[in-house]
Amino acid sequence: MRTLAVARAVAWRTLHNVFTNPSLLVPSIVFPLFFFTAFAGGLSRVQDVPGFNYAEGYTAFQFVFVLLQSAAFGGVFTGFGIARDFESGFARRLLLAAPSRTGILLGYAIAALARWLVTAVVLTTVALVVGMNVGGSGVDLFGLYTLAVIVNAAALLWAAGVAMRLRTMQAGPIMQMPVFLVLFFAPVYVPLALLTGWIHAIATVNPLTRVLEAGRGFLAGSPTEVGAAFGAALALAAAFSFWAVRGLRKAEAAG
Amino acid sequence: MNVLADQIFLLARRSVVRTIRQPANVVAPLVFPLMLLAVNSGGLKAETHLPGFPTSSFFAFALAVPFIQGALFATMNAGTDLARDIQTGFLSRLSLTPMRGIALLGGQLGGVVTLGVVQAAVYLIVGFAVGVRFASGPLGVLVLFAFALLVTLGFGALGAFAALRTGSGEAVQSLFPAFFVFLFLSSMNIPRNLIETTWFRDVATLNPVSYLIECVRSLIITGWDTEALVLGFGIAAAIAVIALALSSWALRVRMART
Repeated sequence: MRTLAVARAVAWRTLHNVFTNPSLLVPSIVFPLFFFTAFAGGLSRVQDVPGFNYAEGYTAFQFVFVLLQSAAFGGVFTGFGIARDFESGFARRLLLAAPSRTGILLGYAIAALARWLVTAVVLTTVALVVGMNVGGSGVDLFGLYTLAVIVNAAALLWAAGVAMRLRTMQAGPIMQMPVFLVLFFAPVYVPLALLTGWIHAIATVNPLTRVLEAGRGFLAGSPTEVGAAFGAALALAAAFSFWAVRGLRKAEAAG
Repeated sequence: MNVLADQIFLLARRSVVRTIRQPANVVAPLVFPLMLLAVNSGGLKAETHLPGFPTSSFFAFALAVPFIQGALFATMNAGTDLARDIQTGFLSRLSLTPMRGIALLGGQLGGVVTLGVVQAAVYLIVGFAVGVRFASGPLGVLVLFAFALLVTLGFGALGAFAALRTGSGEAVQSLFPAFFVFLFLSSMNIPRNLIETTWFRDVATLNPVSYLIECVRSLIITGWDTEALVLGFGIAAAIAVIALALSSWALRVRMART
């Protein structure tokens, strides 16, 4: 009960900060739209490459990537807020006042999810308006968005772990860069089968590849690698939960 | 004249040393464009199978992008450093000395251009290491360096203008996403004639960054393409002239305020 009360307070404060500050809100909505425009609009000819066989077309193909990317960066951007809270001294006061400190993490996770949901609604609306094909049923789409929610939580927990260990905004690149690399070393532009050389080798072992391929399968209505995708996403979330809780303990110890 | 040259040299040296002392300012412009090059050239290699694609090596096709992206970083470096000089009062103290305004601008940009040339050399070495060969030969490499210098000067002057007008490093940094929009809405990943979506092709055609990229690309994969070179150098020169004029004016206004 105490955990939920703390989580609610932290989430409300974080969301209030984000939604009343355009410089925090606008980039998290505009950047995914921009990537969607640049990739789906500029590279649509890639669907003519021999062997590209995604039935719903290139817009849908890129939508899944951008949706997952926005979910991941929704978590990372919230991590920036955690670092800012430590830098301003607010987080220290929060640690003193909160009767349940894991509630702090839960609150940030709820805020990251709520923040991303706004982006997801805008992105999905824009994609449907520009004529994206959707072959999947309601259950398939639920699977796609559930995967994105888990990715959002995993990214937030990763960023929170970094923010609570380093407790400075200068940790931003450390939160951001690995997420960027993991996302872009997946099959972003073409299916895995069309990648060759070193990028194919990396993409094959990249856990995000399973998530991306499953997400595209859900949107097309032909689910594929569902077990592996949920397994990979949940494993990442579980590992980063441990990482974030340990980070919280280190922040507590630092005083 | 010698005094002015000395002033420019001193400030250019300060600009270079200050950048070198901040590893993030050196590493980011070198590593980030190369990382994007690696990701894109790996992920979009299949694009070379499209009918009409101008080369069989996507790496050679994409190698043009880091040169322009590196210049965008120059904008940030030049602008942020100058904004810090304003915020810390260095510019105010400088205005009390016999230092001429043009020396400040020249020195700042001299440092940025020096680093821009170093960046270009690194991108070239990486390109050669991966097996890219210039269709325009050794002379093309020299032309590319001249172009990189001109583009870095132009974008650096834009950064200086932004810094002088706003006096805020944060405001200069906020320009970065805008430059990224220009980069991504260009022909960076696919030749303009192969862009299928009409509005995107139109935007890429209107976007001057497309011509800067295509100028470098022509030297690497086409050879001596007069149209691409004239457009590229013309646009780069126009950006440099306009940006220098704007930053000189902004410097006069700023010095009058201080």
